[in-house]
Amino acid sequence: MRLEILNNGYSTGTRALFAVIRLFSGHTVPDAARLVFYRPDFYGTRAKNFTHEAMRGPSAWSVADRELMAAYVSKVNESAFCIRAHTATASQAYQDGAKVEAVLADLESAPVEEPLRATLRMLGTLTAEGTLTAQEMRDVLSAGVSPRQVKDALAVCVAFNTTGRLADALGFAILSPEGFEAGAKYLLKRGYR
Amino acid sequence: MPAEAEDKKQAEHRALVDRLLNGKGTASAEQRACAFGNDGLSPPLGVLIDKVAVRPAEVTDADFASAKAAGFSEDELFELVVCAAVGASARLYKTGLAALAEAAGSGEPG
Repeated sequence: MRLEILNNGYSTGTRALFAVIRLFSGHTVPDAARLVFYRPDFYGTRAKNFTHEAMRGPSAWSVADRELMAAYVSKVNESAFCIRAHTATASQAYQDGAKVEAVLADLESAPVEEPLRATLRMLGTLTAEGTLTAQEMRDVLSAGVSPRQVKDALAVCVAFNTTGRLADALGFAILSPEGFEAGAKYLLKRGYR
Repeated sequence: MPAEAEDKKQAEHRALVDRLLNGKGTASAEQRACAFGNDGLSPPLGVLIDKVAVRPAEVTDADFASAKAAGFSEDELFELVVCAAVGASARLYKTGLAALAEAAGSGEPG
């Protein structure tokens, strides 16, 4: 990463934990995980709490839907690390990689239900333009999305606008395809805490 | 319209924002607030923070090198980059929730 403290600034205990993870998983700890171990009282602890609640907390959206939202927001932001990480996670969660690829290639023709499509469209507009009209939001509600679901989707959008910015700014290393698949498996088993 | 109750996701997000802006830091609270708002920081730090907030894919090694050469430590830059990322995202949250409140609260065209 672009800050040396994020590469080598960890306590002995944290470095030992990274070594154990590498030993048992066969993969180095991804930079997304390393970041939240650096001075966790400043960012990591609360960031994990928020992201876990957004991605795994109670919601009418499935985990797969929320991972797809994370991938889609990352695609709009062109955040290379997060696109790969959440494409892999959404694909495993749906057990349908083609569906995820179709959404990222062309949302309008992708084989998803209209409420999810309308929600992704709204998240894309908000992420790309930083603005959203009441009419654009009414279009989402008219598609059958509840206000609670909109709030839940906005939380996912916020979490991955944050992580994506940090990934790009700090220069998260791109993992091997096997590394992203292993990370996806971990995220589906353990979540973000 | 009465303010809607904050949900748990919003509460967790508020806790994160409160910590970044009001807790202890290596960078001053004023600097953290400026980075969060992407407002009031002069170059070269301001260039880095603006990129994080607006076009993060364009951040380069040179942006960090320039900020370090201007006297900012790695821990200060860690904090300020985090504040910029969380701040930009927080503005999206606010914008999205405001659009929802307006859409759900009235049938009038936007």
